Amino acid sequence: MNAEFDRLDRAWYIDRIAKGLIFLCGISAIIFILSIFVFIFAQAFGFITEDLDVGEFLTDPTWRPTSESNPVYGTLALIAGTASVTGLAMLISVPISLGAAIYISEFATGRTKEVLKVVIEMLAAIPSVVWGFIGLTIMNPLIIQIFDVPMGLNVLNAGIILGLMAAPIMTTIAEDALKAVPDSYREAAEAMGATRWQIIRRVVLPSARNGLTAAVLLGVGRGFGETMAVLMASGHSVNLPTSPFDSVRALTATIAAELGETAHGSPHFGALFTIGVMLLLITFAINLTADLIIRGGWKQRGHN
Amino acid sequence: MAEPQASAIRTRGLNLWYGDFQALFDVDLDVAPKQVTSLIGPSGCGKSTLLRSINRINERIDSVRMEGEIRVLGHDVLAPEIEKAQLRKRVGMVFQRPNPLPLSIRDNVLFGWRIDHGGRPDKDEGEALLEESLRRVLLWDRVKDRLGQRATGLSLEEQQKLCIARLLPVQPQVLLMDEPCSALDPAATSAVEELIWELREQYTILLVTHNMAQARRASDDCVFMLMGKLVEKGPTGELFLTPQRQETADYIEGRYG
Repeated sequence: MNAEFDRLDRAWYIDRIAKGLIFLCGISAIIFILSIFVFIFAQAFGFITEDLDVGEFLTDPTWRPTSESNPVYGTLALIAGTASVTGLAMLISVPISLGAAIYISEFATGRTKEVLKVVIEMLAAIPSVVWGFIGLTIMNPLIIQIFDVPMGLNVLNAGIILGLMAAPIMTTIAEDALKAVPDSYREAAEAMGATRWQIIRRVVLPSARNGLTAAVLLGVGRGFGETMAVLMASGHSVNLPTSPFDSVRALTATIAAELGETAHGSPHFGALFTIGVMLLLITFAINLTADLIIRGGWKQRGHN
Repeated sequence: MAEPQASAIRTRGLNLWYGDFQALFDVDLDVAPKQVTSLIGPSGCGKSTLLRSINRINERIDSVRMEGEIRVLGHDVLAPEIEKAQLRKRVGMVFQRPNPLPLSIRDNVLFGWRIDHGGRPDKDEGEALLEESLRRVLLWDRVKDRLGQRATGLSLEEQQKLCIARLLPVQPQVLLMDEPCSALDPAATSAVEELIWELREQYTILLVTHNMAQARRASDDCVFMLMGKLVEKGPTGELFLTPQRQETADYIEGRYG
């Protein structure tokens, strides 16, 4: 009847194309993560089905993949290395990050606040190899001097370095969580005569609990996944640590250091990818938990 | 130092600035004890600012500067030695939007007591305080079976009553109310108004309201403010029937505001 009303003009086609392209970009993250899973699993598949002894892999502290006669693929020492470094890092970074986040969110005002936030973001952007370098050249002699030990590349060094690395991102996320606490809560508590600390302790921290937990978990995830700095600062020797002054080797660092030296398709190669699968699953679980906690918090707030 | 005082709240020559903007001009306010005094006036006239000066909660805004005198129960509350936290325990405040803390009903009511005493009351004392406070605001029968539930799940009327109840355990003498019914529906408004009317036997209440009918219904004295100045004050009935100033007459007749 009226031809004009169903005309598909240039704008209509452009709209369709733009929509399609934007959709592709939007779901590319899903494509990438699935591809990565498939790729890593495929590389590890041969080792997992043929050579893998799960008990040995998880509980044997001997990592001897290059032995001609009797290769042993035990990752316990590597797991212990990663866990000890990450654990120490969290002991250092959780209090610092929470303190910094509380200061920025609850005390700092105006310029101080803005400057601090920018500086913390800059800290988060420092490449991990630079942190590793600091571990090698500054922390190493410092630890030798202060604690009178023969070697300064150890759990303590890597833990401190990793703690400092994880702190900025944890601070930023924790600050977001504190900022999300409605100001009316603070005002209500203040009007009832609560001091600054009482407001923080009794109102702000409990309200932000979910976000703060997520911040800590993401920091842990960062610790597990960090490679270069840990490789450089930890001493990189396979060892079940009994003190902070023992050198250790992390799961990630093992892959980074050895992958270039192995024959493609060899059991050693497959074993390294199996470690990769393990790391992927661990960090995936940590991030998913953090995400669920944050969402859980939102849902709870939504109900009220 | 406390001096004997006829007024529960008294300001003299109170000036207040937000940065360069002057919001209050030489306000001389007298609030009689154990009565409801309403503060009325058009938006931006400074009535909330005046109210929020009395417990100094307006100092949450960094740019606020005050000059003059505010006395609450004889105490000079602008004196440098005044601890704001202590002042606020004696001068409770109810806000426009009910703002219960994201805690259980029980913890909301006992919050003030806990921060005042630095710990939990023992069980019997706590339960007694809880029941007494909630009974006082006519909420006990409605919430006594769910004291552990989050207060933010209550209806707005219940939340606002809870916000009044949580002031009572630390025994304030003055209650400041900043449009406490403006977020409530008419039924809830009248319930809260009745409560306010009843509380005046025990507390001095200063009530900011946008609603002239409410001022008329629910206050003994009424203060009219305009452009940061206190224009007229008097017994509510007289002020509404025979206002002395032209601005007051125009406002209550609805010519502006």
